[in-house]
Amino acid sequence: MPGLVPGIHVFGAVERKTWMARPSPAMTKKMGFPMFRWIASFMLALYAGFAFGAEPIQQRVAPCFDCHGEHGQSETENTPSLGGQNAPYALIQLFMFREKLRTFEPMNDMAQPLTDDDLRTFSDFIATLPKPKPSDEASDAARIQRAQAAATQHRCNNCHKADFSGGENVPRIANQREDYLAKTLTEYKNNTRHGYDGTMADVMAAVTPEQIADLAYYIARVR
Amino acid sequence: MTTIPSPRSLLLAGAFLGVFTFGATGQQASPPAAAPAAAPALPPGSPLIGRPDNEAAQKLAPVAPPPLPTAADKLPAAKLKVPAGFNIEVYASGMANARSLALGDKGTVFVGSRLVGKVYAITSKDGKREVKVLASDLYRPNGVAFRNGTLYIAELSKVSKIEHVEDVLDNPPKPTVIYDNLPKDEAHGWKFIAIGPDNKLYVEVGQPGNVVLHDKDHGQIRRINLDGTGAEVVAYGVRHSVGFDWHPETKQLYFTDNGRDWLSEDVPEDELNRVTKVGEHFGAPYCWQGNIPDSEFGWGKSCSDYTAPVGLMGPHAGVLGMRFYTGSMFPKGLKNAIIVARHGSWNRSKKFGGDVVVVHLDKDGKVKSTEPLITGFLENNSYIGRPVDVMQMKDGSMLVSDDYNGAVYRVSYGKKVAAQ
Repeated sequence: MPGLVPGIHVFGAVERKTWMARPSPAMTKKMGFPMFRWIASFMLALYAGFAFGAEPIQQRVAPCFDCHGEHGQSETENTPSLGGQNAPYALIQLFMFREKLRTFEPMNDMAQPLTDDDLRTFSDFIATLPKPKPSDEASDAARIQRAQAAATQHRCNNCHKADFSGGENVPRIANQREDYLAKTLTEYKNNTRHGYDGTMADVMAAVTPEQIADLAYYIARVR
Repeated sequence: MTTIPSPRSLLLAGAFLGVFTFGATGQQASPPAAAPAAAPALPPGSPLIGRPDNEAAQKLAPVAPPPLPTAADKLPAAKLKVPAGFNIEVYASGMANARSLALGDKGTVFVGSRLVGKVYAITSKDGKREVKVLASDLYRPNGVAFRNGTLYIAELSKVSKIEHVEDVLDNPPKPTVIYDNLPKDEAHGWKFIAIGPDNKLYVEVGQPGNVVLHDKDHGQIRRINLDGTGAEVVAYGVRHSVGFDWHPETKQLYFTDNGRDWLSEDVPEDELNRVTKVGEHFGAPYCWQGNIPDSEFGWGKSCSDYTAPVGLMGPHAGVLGMRFYTGSMFPKGLKNAIIVARHGSWNRSKKFGGDVVVVHLDKDGKVKSTEPLITGFLENNSYIGRPVDVMQMKDGSMLVSDDYNGAVYRVSYGKKVAAQ
C-alpha cells in the first residue's frame, strides 16, 4: 500500500484539505479509500510516535533481531540467543565489540557508532527479552550424564550457578544455542576469543574437546 | 607447574551434583553415581583453589570493574576524605579501567589498563587536561614506565617501548617489543614495571594462581637492561606484586605483595617487603606474612628460611601501587614515607582496604606506623571506587588512579593551587 507512506509525513492535514475541497462525483465514489487512508495514516503515526518516543529502543534493536531472533531466541547458526542475558555481561560484550577487544566483524561494525549510554540502553533492553527455551528434541541420557559430570568436575556452577543463569558479569548460558556454546568454549580454550578477564581461558585449559561437545549439548537442553 | 587437588575442593564439587536436573522430555536424569574418580585439580589459575566449603565463602568472588568509565560529573570525588590541610580533586576522567601511572619529562601522565587493552596519555594545557588513547589493541597492558623520553609498556607476556613518545602523542607508532621471554598465564599475569636507580627495568612475574607450586619462571621480580638483555631474578617467593619503588636514600627496592586467599578472613595480611640482596626469597607459596606456614605447602618448610616482610598491610587488602614521597608540598613528616594504594579486598566478608595510606618507616627501614591519606572508596561494604596506583607530580602533589571509575585524582596540600 504505497499510499500509506506519504500519509504519515503529512499527518492528514494537507492531504485531507485536498480531498475534502474537491468533493467531485468521482471523488465521492472513492470516498471510502481516502477516509480509510487517513485513519490508517493516523493510526500509523500514532504507533510510530509511540514507538519512537516512549520506546525508541524497540526500533533501534530491530536490526539485532534479524540475526539474534525477535523473542530472545536465535534461529541463526552460531549466533547467540540474547533473551534474559544479564545486563552487566551484555554491556561488557557490547563494549568489547565496540573496542574490538572481541572480534566479529558484523558486531564490530554495529557497535562502532554506539555511545556509552547506547551500550547501557541496549544491554538493559537485552536483559528484558524472554529467556530462550530448551530444545525439545529427545536427548541422550548417557551424554547428559557425562556432561553433568564434566560440569561438576570443572565447577561451572561456581560462577554460572547450578541452573546456568549466571549473574552480573557472568553470562546466562542455560538454553543457549548448542552450536554457539561449543564454538565459544572452543574459542576460549584455544585463546582465539579473549575474555574480559582470564577466567574462562584458565578454566578451559583442562576441558577436553569431547567434554566441550557434551557440555554444549547439555547446557542447550538443561531445564 | 604442579598442583595438588585438595580433598576439600573435591567434596565441594560433589556437593553440587544433586542440584542439576535435566530432561528434554520432562524426565529427571539420575545424577552420576559418584564424582568422577579422576577429577583433575582446578586449573592452577582458578581463584577457587583452597576455597573452603561453606556458604559465606561461596559468596565471595573477585570484583570485576565496569568496562565504561564513570562520567566526570558522577565521580565520587566529593565522597573521598583526606586529612585536614589536604585537598583532593579529579585530575582526569574517561579512561576505562585506569591502572598504573608513569610521568613523562614534559609532564604527560601515562596510564595503563588491565582489561580494555589501552594505554592513555593525559596532557595538560593551561590547567586543562586532555586524555588521548596512546595505544590500543594491547593485551592487558597494566604496566607503564618512563625513562629518557621513552615509554615502556608491559603487557601480559611482553615489554615494549615507544621512543620520543611525548613528541608523537597525536600519531604514535606501534610499540616495539624489547622483551618477551615471559609466561602467558592469565592468573596474576598482568604486570607492574618500573625503572630502578640502576637504570634497569624491573618486571614482576606473579605466581600463576592463588596458591600453587610453579616453575622457575614465576613468582619473582626480574630486571632487564632497557634493551631487553641481561635478565636477572632479583626476588623470589613473590606471589603477586603490583607496585614497587626504591628508597630515596638507601636505594633499596621495596615492593607490595598480595597474600593468599582462603586461608582465613583475617590472615594472612598483605605484605610490604624490602630487597636487601639480589635473589632473596620472600616465602610464597610456603610461608605467608613472615610467620604463617601455608596450610598445604608449608609442611616441611620453615618461615625462618625466608625473608620476612618489613610490614603487614592488612588482610586481603589488595596492596597495589606504592611510591616514596620525595616532594616538598606535603608536610615534612611525609618526606621519604611510602604512599600505598590498597585496592580493597574481595576475599573477605567484611571488605577491608579501598584506601590510600601513608607508611612511615623507622631508621632500620621497617614499618613504624601507618595512617590514612584517602578514605571513602568503601561504602556500606561495597566499592564506589578502587585506588590502584599512586604517583608524585613535579609540584609534589600525588596522583591516584581508580580502575573502577576510570579516573585519576590529584591530592595536594595547603592552599589549593591548580595542577599545571
